[in-house]
Amino acid sequence: MKLMFGRTISLQLRLFVAVLLSIVLIVGDKYTEGSTTVRTSLNTLVSPLIYLANLPYEVFSFGAKSLQTREQLLSENEALKQKQLLQSEQLQQYQFLTKENQKLRALLGSSAKQANRKIIAQILSVHSNPYSHQVVINRGAIDGLSEGQAVIDEMGVVGQLTKVGSTTSRVLLMTDTTHATPVRILRNEVRTVVEGMGKINQVKLSHVPHSLDVRIGDVLVTSGLGGTFPEGYPVAIVTEINRDEGSPFAQVYAEPVAQLDRIRLLVVLWRQQQEIISSE
Amino acid sequence: MNSRHSFLIGVSIFFALIMSLMPLPFSFEPFRPDWVLLVLMYWSLAVPHRLNIGTAWVVGLLIDLASGSPLGVNSLTFSICIFVTASNFQKIRNFSIWQQAILVGLFLMFYHLMQFWLNHFLMDVYFNPQYLWPVVTGMLSWPWIFLLLRKYRRHFRIR
Repeated sequence: MKLMFGRTISLQLRLFVAVLLSIVLIVGDKYTEGSTTVRTSLNTLVSPLIYLANLPYEVFSFGAKSLQTREQLLSENEALKQKQLLQSEQLQQYQFLTKENQKLRALLGSSAKQANRKIIAQILSVHSNPYSHQVVINRGAIDGLSEGQAVIDEMGVVGQLTKVGSTTSRVLLMTDTTHATPVRILRNEVRTVVEGMGKINQVKLSHVPHSLDVRIGDVLVTSGLGGTFPEGYPVAIVTEINRDEGSPFAQVYAEPVAQLDRIRLLVVLWRQQQEIISSE
Repeated sequence: MNSRHSFLIGVSIFFALIMSLMPLPFSFEPFRPDWVLLVLMYWSLAVPHRLNIGTAWVVGLLIDLASGSPLGVNSLTFSICIFVTASNFQKIRNFSIWQQAILVGLFLMFYHLMQFWLNHFLMDVYFNPQYLWPVVTGMLSWPWIFLLLRKYRRHFRIR
């Protein structure tokens, strides 16, 4: 053993320095802005690791894809075509409705809504911190993403971007304990807030008075308050209401609309342009 | 010569990092052992003059970045664990593999409780006994990691 009596820095001193540096990091991470260049470059540093860890999954899914039979592909193609036909029918209506909506808004004197910029991102399946709900996507600062952008899938709201590297970024899911989404009930426009509980298939409504008009099956959509999520995207459906008069608030639970445990493709939305409030 | 040893140790840590980030089927996810910490523990017992608290801190930071936990949590817990093993390496080395496995289990338990406590403090997570599964799986996989890395170390004569 070379260093049994060797002269090096003592372990205690090393530990002291390491603990001190870690505490500085923890405090710095908690109380500073997220979108600095230091952080982006730190997140970029581990991007190759993430891509490498995702590789086996890609290989397997590529293998599975190339082993699909012709019949499977044909039937899938057929189903997709039918879906597209139905959706394009709705789209024709939609264009008419947006025109009408713009006209009505003009009559009311409020500003017209602008279309959001958006980008499609794919999830890299890598392991994340077990204490939080998050996923990694294959887009980053290179594609113009920044912290706090809303992320949705085909069904509804998924979460928002938290840590952005140059080629990867992290999406904090709406079921995470630190995430809250401002929503309103689609049926009666009552505003409330949905909080994550750390469960992948359940969220809760925070501070709901007993008198609030909420029913099982109510659809919650984003209210647009807070500025992170654009208005009108479905978030969750109310599944359980517990009006215990003994507790200060009613306990209302809901199930996320987006299938958070099997998402694969996501859409990242840009924040809406600052709306110009017309004074007339 | 020195750099060759460090490089080979680095390679094993790199593989452990990839293993700990690789996707697993959803039902196996809670049982994933902490590969990186186990590998670091092995090297800190085998060659404590090469791998020490500094390395553990840097690797912990990499884990934090790659797994999206609050920065500094893993570096802190890794450093403390490696401090314990590195300061007692002469004692721990003399134990049999099974005794070592039990000790490693204790260290892992300590690591996970610290992890939980820090995360609770930073993000208000609540305790779930499921969080302690890696302690058991880590303890059971220690003998295999030990034997594998010992073979690796002897084959490449890492000292």
